[in-house]
Amino acid sequence: MIVNGITVSPPADPRVSLLDLLREELHLPGTKKGCNQGACGACTVLVDGERILSCLALAVQYEGREITTIEGLGAPGALHPLQAAFVEHDGFQCGYCTPGQICSAVAMVEEVRRGVPSHVTADLAAEELLLTPEELRERMSGNLCRCGAHNGIVAAITEFAEAGR
Amino acid sequence: MSMLEDAKQAAKGMAQQAVGKAIQLAPDSWMPGGRPDPLIREQHGQIGRPVSRIDGPLKVGGQARYAAEFALDGMVYAALAYSTIARGRILAIDTKAAEAVPGVVLVMTHENAPRMNKVPLFLTDQKAAGGVDLPIFQDPEVHWNGQPVAAVLAETQEQADHARSLLRITYEEVPAITSFAGAKAKGKHPGVFMGNPLNIRIGDAEEALAAAPFRVDQAYETPRHSHNAIELHACTVAWEGDRLRVHDASQLVAHTAWSLAQVFGMEESQVHVSSPFVGGGFGGKCLWNHQVIAAAASKLVDRPVRLTLSREGVYRVVGGRTSTEQRVAIGASADGTFEALIHTGTVAMSPHNQLPEPFILPAMSVYGANAFKLEVDVAYMDMLANTFMRAPGEAVGTFGLECAIDELAEAIGMDPIDLRLKNEPDKDPVTGAPFSIREVEKMWRDGAERFGWSDRAPVASRREGEWRIGTGVAGGTYPYYRMPGGAARITLRQDGHATIDIAAHDMGMGTATAQTQVAADRLGLPMDAITFNYGDSTLPGVVLAGGSQQTASIGASVIAAHRLLVKELLQLAGNDSPLAGLSVEEVGGLDNGLASLADPLRHETYASILTRAQRGTLVVEGTPPPPLETMHWSMHSHSALFCEVGVNAVTGEVRVRRFLGSFDCGRILNPKTAASQFRGGIIMGLGMALMEETQFDERKGRIMNPSLAEYHLPVHMDVPEIDVIWTDVPDPHAPMGAHGVGEIGITGVGAAVANAIYNATGRRVRDLPITLDKLL
Repeated sequence: MIVNGITVSPPADPRVSLLDLLREELHLPGTKKGCNQGACGACTVLVDGERILSCLALAVQYEGREITTIEGLGAPGALHPLQAAFVEHDGFQCGYCTPGQICSAVAMVEEVRRGVPSHVTADLAAEELLLTPEELRERMSGNLCRCGAHNGIVAAITEFAEAGR
Repeated sequence: MSMLEDAKQAAKGMAQQAVGKAIQLAPDSWMPGGRPDPLIREQHGQIGRPVSRIDGPLKVGGQARYAAEFALDGMVYAALAYSTIARGRILAIDTKAAEAVPGVVLVMTHENAPRMNKVPLFLTDQKAAGGVDLPIFQDPEVHWNGQPVAAVLAETQEQADHARSLLRITYEEVPAITSFAGAKAKGKHPGVFMGNPLNIRIGDAEEALAAAPFRVDQAYETPRHSHNAIELHACTVAWEGDRLRVHDASQLVAHTAWSLAQVFGMEESQVHVSSPFVGGGFGGKCLWNHQVIAAAASKLVDRPVRLTLSREGVYRVVGGRTSTEQRVAIGASADGTFEALIHTGTVAMSPHNQLPEPFILPAMSVYGANAFKLEVDVAYMDMLANTFMRAPGEAVGTFGLECAIDELAEAIGMDPIDLRLKNEPDKDPVTGAPFSIREVEKMWRDGAERFGWSDRAPVASRREGEWRIGTGVAGGTYPYYRMPGGAARITLRQDGHATIDIAAHDMGMGTATAQTQVAADRLGLPMDAITFNYGDSTLPGVVLAGGSQQTASIGASVIAAHRLLVKELLQLAGNDSPLAGLSVEEVGGLDNGLASLADPLRHETYASILTRAQRGTLVVEGTPPPPLETMHWSMHSHSALFCEVGVNAVTGEVRVRRFLGSFDCGRILNPKTAASQFRGGIIMGLGMALMEETQFDERKGRIMNPSLAEYHLPVHMDVPEIDVIWTDVPDPHAPMGAHGVGEIGITGVGAAVANAIYNATGRRVRDLPITLDKLL
């Protein structure tokens, strides 16, 4: 599999989750473990551009796939625009849910552009979906934040999405 | 707690009260803060600027390293097994199958664990950090359902988790007190908090209540809550010879180092605890069983150990906020004056901790009344030790108190804000101490205007489709604390760079950012010439990140160090300097050096002073005076909370549509990070109001929703735009004029939501959380 552009071997132990592969074997701990049961979203990574919960993914199933983690999006000094927007809008406090929020939002904005409807989408047949505050909040609700940085997160994602239109 | 212990605590409390009176009567000038911090006057520096977090790029880039992210050579992974009974003893642990799993290097139980002392219980000593006053892996006794009873170490986490599942544990169960009713039937005990009995009597409140023309007398209930920081509790530990190295997720590194030294019979200096990044704390990231188990197991196998609790494990090992049952009764005259204020009740508590959730604290300081009766009783249950969670006491105490005031306002026919302002005290209603600052009226008026409070509709009168709409208000409060133990070191280099070292913490509050701003102003240096080091037990100070006291503790410590620095600089500057003849009080930091406060043109740079003195660096370490200001003045933060809800008339679902918090917390050091603290507290309060509950099975004493799927936190869809404003009036007696803002945000929120729901529906719900079934 390819992680942040580098080819790596799947783990020998088939029980290893993609999350644990990243954190423990590849030493990419930017992807976080908050519950290990798919309830918090802290472990969100991009697989071929789509967001998944890496704690619920067995690493061996991702052979041949392209995985992007928070480290692959951007780094201090060369931040991804959404990472920079999170800093500007204070879209975090402790920083622990942050990599998952950012990876999730990058893919979420693409989902809206592709016209994938959500639970709050009124017109499922609409030609173009707008990223309203309600759509944004609904689509990001799988990423928990206990520090309560929700307003800043929404502001950061909104700015990023509008800049990309 | 034994009778003897109760008596000792009571005696300690009486002695404290006597000392307190003397401190109250002493002149202002004797007190810390008697002479206002000169930085309060500084209006054009870094303080007050919305600076983005200095550690922001590391966090958004995934480069910040948390406790479970230090990989050590030869490290093994731990998995814990938890008891399934509430009380009894372990008869046998069959470890054979687990030990046979490839990769397993140790199964540790009470039978093979090293002999260890108990962890000193928090508040029993200045540096005590323990959450539970019980031995760990020293005997077969089980004290709570979920107590760790075995640890497995293996080469990988997968191997450890699998082996743990193969342990077969048998118990002899004995009767346990796992119901609140059963605990109360066994007898209630007086609550004692930090040496003070939670029992205040002023006048005859019951008689005054009975005589009052208007009164409310209601029961309110709040359930258990869990901190649920998103980072799992974790540590990475290693023994380096006779020294113990701990990478922890901690809000008290120095306390933890000392306490672990007591456990293993070592010198404090042999234990090194660091915690540069913490993924949320809220009172929960202290010293619990898991760090001790990891260190003990590491000692046995002589290899580094990584122990990350599972999410269920956090619920089993780390205590949360306990449940409360409150009575609030207020008697008032026709103009709204409180004749009697009664706030009493009972909390569940484990016998192995020190926190009788002190829900009467708000009623002790916010309102005046002619008679008071305030009391917390405790009923002991066999359960995991309850502990501090964001605004312990105030978060749940304001629910009962502020709902009751809303009910009283309606009974009298008064606006609830007017009723609150009618009962503004002119001095501390219990101690009689003068307030250090109190801008409560401005806070309410500003909030009311911004929210549009005057547009409020009568009860159950607004409707949009199937949504009933209502608005409500409540007040919140939290004390200014500063705990003893602060100390800070300043290292000033000849090139004009300064390093501040203090064993404080940043769990996301923005400590490092705000304190860098403060240091820049104090020293007269640009922010990039300041390094603020924290989160390491080898640094000076014993500074708890709790009780919203860090801002004051760090501030006072740096002030103390800075005075020494200035004194030494003036000595080094000597008679050839423009500063010659000036005293420490007469100079301040300006433009990379010191200047006369009266005549800023009398200035010399640090580089010039140190070069002339041929000094490469100047190092000073200062210790602030004891926090007597907290006894001399009544020091509190306040909030006015405005909420608009929609309640679905068909389903009972509640949606918070608008929320405003108006705060009176002294000077705000960084409006960007402070606003996040306020909003974060308010959002945790919304969770408390509408969804949060740690469900406790009263038959088995077991927590039944130990996961983030079943313990509901507010998610993005639950959180509206939260508006926050503040008075920004400095407290002249606090360092920088500032109060800590970590806890004030959550207080009062539960009542604001409940009062808005009443306005929308005409339904009073007096037990949290207000789930939809209670509104059908």
